[in-house]
Amino acid sequence: MALEESVDLKLDHHNKDGIEIVDVEGEIDVYTAPRLRELLIDLVNNGHYQLVVNMEKVEFLDSTGLGVLVGGLKRVRAHDGSLDLVCTQERILKIFRITGLTKVFGIHGTVDEAIANRKSER
Amino acid sequence: MATVEVSFSPLPAHVRTARLVATAVARRSGVSETLMDEVRLAVGEACSRAVETHAAHCPDEPVKVALSSQEGRFEIEVVNAGRPAGGPGADGAQLPPGFSLAVIAGLADDVQISETNGGTSVKMSWPLSGSLAAGSPA
Repeated sequence: MALEESVDLKLDHHNKDGIEIVDVEGEIDVYTAPRLRELLIDLVNNGHYQLVVNMEKVEFLDSTGLGVLVGGLKRVRAHDGSLDLVCTQERILKIFRITGLTKVFGIHGTVDEAIANRKSER
Repeated sequence: MATVEVSFSPLPAHVRTARLVATAVARRSGVSETLMDEVRLAVGEACSRAVETHAAHCPDEPVKVALSSQEGRFEIEVVNAGRPAGGPGADGAQLPPGFSLAVIAGLADDVQISETNGGTSVKMSWPLSGSLAAGSPA
């Protein structure tokens, strides 16, 4: 289901094996991050507490985007949920390493891997 | 004098433009492609921080970005009027105050933060490489 589309950021989400997959494409920065934050808040408000954010098509991520992901993680954890990431791009992984957030998020190579890992921890 | 100077209204939409200009000038100046992600992210962080500060204190004042290369280094200076509030960022206290400066420090080869006349200057620089650094025409 396509929710929104613009030049800078495209957001989609769908359910797979009981886990809500959020597909993000484009740039997450101070301009676009509020839309991702709204989507994550909507999903949590609608009872989706197991989230996987697929960042394989993200071209840019700054600290504003990191803040949104941390905010999403705090919200799902308040419901004993989880927020895992899918990312293999070095340019995106770099900011997670610089900030130490690789220890906070589960970061996986594929959506299927993220789902399998989450199910094994249930 | 800077090679390129950019000033823009403190709106989040313009930060992307600043990133694009900075990476174009960095590339033209001879910064290695391997450093381009760092340049893009660091200038984006500095401009985002400046936009938030201006929005809170002086929304009519433009954010100024100066790009220059000299003595084998490419330098970006982002000047914002007003002091950062020191409070929560765009996501409401999800990240601590000063987080973006810490990210910049992790990205730039050299960082200098100083107080200017009523504001803050963030200077970031990276080494130039190859023949362009030696003064050959771009």
